[in-house]
Amino acid sequence: MSKFTENALAISDFSIVTSLGTGQAENLAALREGQSGLSLCSFDDVPFAAYAGAVAGVDVAEITGALAGFDCRNNRLAAMALGSDGFLDSIAAARSRYGAARIGVFLGTSTSGLLQTEIAYRDMDKVSGRLENFDYARTHNTYSLARYLRTALGLRGPAFVVSTACASTAKTFANAARMIAAGFCDAAIVGGADSLCATTLFGFHALGVMAPEPCRPFDVARNGISIGEGAGFALLERQQAKHGSDTVLLLGVGETADAYHMSAPHPEGEGARQAMALALQQAGLEPRDIDYINLHGTATPAGDAAEDQAVASLFGADVPCSSTKGATGHTLGASGVIEAIFGIFAIRHGFLPGSPNTEKLDPEFRSRYLLQAAPAQVNYVMSNSFGFGGVNCSLVLGRS
Amino acid sequence: MRIYVEGVGICGPGLPDWQAARPMLAGRQTYVQAPAVPAPSSLLPPNERRRASLIVKFALAVGTEAFAASGRDAAGFATVFTSSGGDGDTIHAIMSTLTSESRELSPTRFHNSVHNAAAGYWSILSGAKAASSSICAHDDSFAAGLLEAAAQLSAGEPAVALLAYDVQYPSPLAELRPIAAAFAAALILSFEPSDSAIASLDLELLAAPGAATEMALPGLEMLRLGVPAARCLPLLAAIDGGNIADVTLAYLEDMAIVLRVCPMAGKFS
Repeated sequence: MSKFTENALAISDFSIVTSLGTGQAENLAALREGQSGLSLCSFDDVPFAAYAGAVAGVDVAEITGALAGFDCRNNRLAAMALGSDGFLDSIAAARSRYGAARIGVFLGTSTSGLLQTEIAYRDMDKVSGRLENFDYARTHNTYSLARYLRTALGLRGPAFVVSTACASTAKTFANAARMIAAGFCDAAIVGGADSLCATTLFGFHALGVMAPEPCRPFDVARNGISIGEGAGFALLERQQAKHGSDTVLLLGVGETADAYHMSAPHPEGEGARQAMALALQQAGLEPRDIDYINLHGTATPAGDAAEDQAVASLFGADVPCSSTKGATGHTLGASGVIEAIFGIFAIRHGFLPGSPNTEKLDPEFRSRYLLQAAPAQVNYVMSNSFGFGGVNCSLVLGRS
Repeated sequence: MRIYVEGVGICGPGLPDWQAARPMLAGRQTYVQAPAVPAPSSLLPPNERRRASLIVKFALAVGTEAFAASGRDAAGFATVFTSSGGDGDTIHAIMSTLTSESRELSPTRFHNSVHNAAAGYWSILSGAKAASSSICAHDDSFAAGLLEAAAQLSAGEPAVALLAYDVQYPSPLAELRPIAAAFAAALILSFEPSDSAIASLDLELLAAPGAATEMALPGLEMLRLGVPAARCLPLLAAIDGGNIADVTLAYLEDMAIVLRVCPMAGKFS
């Protein structure tokens, strides 16, 4: 347990927006009370039954003024998160402390501003065949999100966007840790956003993995995902004296690839298991040290079964775990940072999140899955994120 | 930070592979534009070749070439994939389908639309199970990818493959985001010098804008400016240049990466 303390990074501050609410207080309360933000999906008149975790207010949260070119659903979610909980003040303080060029911006997204492209194609000028009122670089392009934050926050350090499907924002914690260790920056903003769009709704429907009712992770009758949207950001910097006992540290990140299939998990979750093992190793912890695992748990029959096998083979049947996708929906690329923040809540506020909508646990499963939230002393949390292309990323967070 | 180059792969217009590209990058041979045809990768089974998207073929071709030169087995190493925009054909096809009557997407097309599609196929076909990043920084995606690869090496990876690639968007996206040609390049980078090292790179990140190093030949300079992934050309030329050279890569609007490139003696024919 010595190696991580010298390498640990403090999560100095964070911000969040999901279908559960805007800001830390609303998300924390909803998570403790087992609420779900899922509702019947009315987005884009989808012609099939689905539930979605849509963020209230994003439709009217227009980005205006000098930054108007960035206006798209993805960046609006980012703006809503940034504006919560005094996060902008923390960034301003970090900027004065380190200088604008020493703060990196490493963010993740899978959708970026793709909804804007969908709208531009729908409204295409029939005569000229041109896309009108469409700012490719500042909305559609995968880098848009980091460019938006860097511009809006007046930062001038290294930046890029990681886009590894549903593991995108989880991996940004590793990118930032490496960049800080390599000396390319002193602090970094990590996390990111993902937003509802027709491509993901119709795409997951085409794959046959969209549930017609609210998703039920680890339930015996689970039959697919509910898509959500949201954004979350975290400020990472080296641990200092100012960080009190309330500060949660990033202790380890494990990254692997399945080398198996583009959109199906390895049946035994071998890559997932290896990612969890690497994260533990980096943190200098044993499986029994972990007090709670926030699972990827999207509620697909194959995905949950593979993750259960991976978790049970590494942790046995003793470590409490749950997926919070029944609360937020699967926020795709944003799920990594959102669920890392749920892990911070668990540590700081002493509880284990439950699993809204899940009623009857799959009897084949061996891991210790929690249906209801429960109070507990939580010192160390693991958070799992897996994505298309066979990408796996596990984070270990802990009390300082 | 000092890192080493062990292998190079390239595929672009008039630049079919590294051996053919070297005299042109060095200015010893006239550069003639010709359509780029990615060499069939040994990783891609013949029956998969027809179905693989262009971006996957380009990434596989240069990655395979670079690994062969380094003598390392692709299955064992971490990767950084970087592209300014990903698979334009797939995005256009999805956008067109969503505006059509049926709106029914192909599941394969949907999973091919992710920015990390090339990385996914690379991992599946090569058996690589190590960490893999797929990143984007718009026009500066190559510089960002190099920075990430350097950080990976610094964090303890013995070697990292950096694959940079861009393909053209079809119309109407092409009018808003013109990419001059499909182009890809790969570098196998290591933290310690090995027998297969062909150059060392001293990498420095500057917190001030820098004038990017240009290509001497007008045709290659047009390629460098026209394709974000081709911003690597001055670095590739310097790796094969025979003399110590400083290469500057523009990074975002207010930073630069400066590389002191030292080709290693006795490595060149």
